[in-house]
Amino acid sequence: MSAPLLAVSGLGAVSDRDATPILRDVSLRVERGETLGLVGESGAGKSTIGKAILGILPRTVRVTSGHILFENRDLLTMPSVERRRLIGQRVALIPQDPMTALNPGRRIEGQLTDGLRLWRGLEARAAREIALRLLGEVHIRDPERVLASYPHQLSGGMRQRVLIAAAFALEPALIIADEPTTALDVTVQKQILRLIRGMQNTHGTAVIFVSHDLGVVAQICDHVTLLFGGRIIEQGTTSELLEAPKHAYTRALIEACPRYDRPDAGLRPVSEELLARLRAEVAAP
Amino acid sequence: MADADGRARCWDALRACLAEPKVVAGGGFILLLFVLALGAPWIAPKDPLEQDIILGATPPAWLSGAEPGHWLGTDDLGRDALSRLIYGSRIALTVAFVASTLAAALGTALGLIAGWRRGWIDAAISRLVEIWMAFPPVLLSILLVAVVGAGVGSVIAAIALIDWTRFCRVVRAETMTQASADYVTAARAIGFSQSRILAREIFPNVLPVLIALVSLEMGIAVIVEAILSFVGLSVSSDTPTWGGMIAQGRQLMHQGWWILAAPLTMLFLTVLAFNLLGEGLRRALDPVMRR
Repeated sequence: MSAPLLAVSGLGAVSDRDATPILRDVSLRVERGETLGLVGESGAGKSTIGKAILGILPRTVRVTSGHILFENRDLLTMPSVERRRLIGQRVALIPQDPMTALNPGRRIEGQLTDGLRLWRGLEARAAREIALRLLGEVHIRDPERVLASYPHQLSGGMRQRVLIAAAFALEPALIIADEPTTALDVTVQKQILRLIRGMQNTHGTAVIFVSHDLGVVAQICDHVTLLFGGRIIEQGTTSELLEAPKHAYTRALIEACPRYDRPDAGLRPVSEELLARLRAEVAAP
Repeated sequence: MADADGRARCWDALRACLAEPKVVAGGGFILLLFVLALGAPWIAPKDPLEQDIILGATPPAWLSGAEPGHWLGTDDLGRDALSRLIYGSRIALTVAFVASTLAAALGTALGLIAGWRRGWIDAAISRLVEIWMAFPPVLLSILLVAVVGAGVGSVIAAIALIDWTRFCRVVRAETMTQASADYVTAARAIGFSQSRILAREIFPNVLPVLIALVSLEMGIAVIVEAILSFVGLSVSSDTPTWGGMIAQGRQLMHQGWWILAAPLTMLFLTVLAFNLLGEGLRRALDPVMRR
C-alpha cells in the first residue's frame, strides 16, 4: 500500500497560557484526492488541526507530541523555511470568513496572484492570465471587473469564490477548508459546496473539510473524523459513521440534525448528561 | 510585481481624498501657508524686523488711523504685523512637519512591533507608554527645552519625544485588529514571511489611521510651538513666531487689540485646517467607510 498524502499520528497540543490540552492524541490520514470531514463543536480542536498542518498555529498554542507526515516528510521536524516552501505550494487554505479573509486595502488581482508570483515567480501578466482562468472556473461572470475590484465591492458569495480560486491557484495536493460555508446564506452555501466538490474532482485535490455541521459534511466527504474536547471520538467512512454509528455522541449528533422528511419530530439536542460523560471521557489519560 | 498593485492603490487613495471637501479645504489652506512660508522674502510687503518707532501700534488698514502699506497694522516697535505673520509661518510649519514626522516614525515603529509580536515586547512597550503619558505634556516639554536649551531643534525634539505615545497606542491597537483578520492567516498560509506580511499586508491598512493622526499631530505641534514661543523657550526673540507675537500682543492689549488678534487668528485657522485635513483624510482613506 502506498503512503497516504497526509498522515497525522498522536498529535497533541496545549495552550501555552494555562497548559490546557487542545488536542489529545489525534491520528488521521488523508489519501490523494479524497475528502475528509473534521467535525466537532466549537473548541473541539478541529481548526487547530488544520492550523497545525499549515504551520500557522497561534503563538499561544504549542504542539507537544506526534508527527504530521505530508508526502512522507515530517512537517514538525522540518526547518521552517523549507516547511514554508513546501506548505506554501502544496497545501492551501480556504479561510472561514470571506468578509475578512481578503485584505480590504488590496485589489483582488494582487491577492489572487500572490502565491503564483511568490512560488512560481510569474510576471504580473502571466499571473493575470491564470487568475482570469481560475475566476472562470469558479463561475465568476465578469472576471476582468472582479480582478480590478476591492473586496468590499463584492458580495459574500463572490468573495468566497475568489478565495476558492486562490486556493486552487498553485494546484495544491491538499486544501484545508476551514468552515468555508458557515458565514454564508444557506442558498449560497449549497452552490459553494458544489463548487468545491467540482473543482476538487477536476484538479484531483484532497480536501480537509472543517465543519460543525454534520449535514454539510455528509454531502461532500468520503471520510469523517468526529472530535470532542480535542480527542477523536469516532472516525470512518461517511456512510459507516452515519448509518452505523458506534459512539453514543455520534448517534446523538445524528439525532440532533433537523430532518426535513419528518418535520414533526422536532429538534433533539445532545443531552447535558451525555456531554458531561464525554468531558470526563476525553479528560482521562 | 506588487508595485503595480501599490501604484493603483495610491491613485485610488488620491482620488478619494480629492473628493472629500474637508481635505480640499484643510489641505488648501496648508498649501497656501506653505507657499507663504517658502516665498516669504518675496511675498511679505516689509522686512519683518524693520522697526519704526514713530509708526508704533498702528491699526489695520480698515480702521481709522491706519498707515498705508501696513495692511494688518504694526506692533509697538512699528514692525509690520502681516510680514511678521508670514515669516512666523516658517517656524510653525517647520516644527509641525518635522516634529510630527519624527513622533510618528518613533511611535509607529514601536506600535507595529508591540501589536504584531505581542508577548513581553508588547508588555514592555505598553508600560513605557503608560508611564510616559502620565507626565503633563506641556510641563514636560518646557522642562526638556529648559534642560537642552532653547531653539527650533530642541522644540522639535521635545514634541517628538512627548507625542510619540499617541502614535504608538493607536498603531498598536490597529495592528492588533488587522493581525487578527483572516487575510493575515491566509497570507501566512501562502507562506509569506512575517516581515512581508507586516510591511505589505498590515501596514498599508494601518496607514489611513496613521496619516490622519499625523495631520492632527501637526495641529498640536503648531500649538505647542506657539506655547513654547509664548514663554520664550523657542527660537530667539528676533525671529518672528506666532507664539512670540501672541506674548507681545498680550502685553499691548490696551494699546491695540489687533496685535494680539492677528497671530491668534492665524494659529486658530492653521490648527483648524490641520484638523479638517486629518478628519477628511481619515474618512477618505478608510476602506471600510469607502463603501
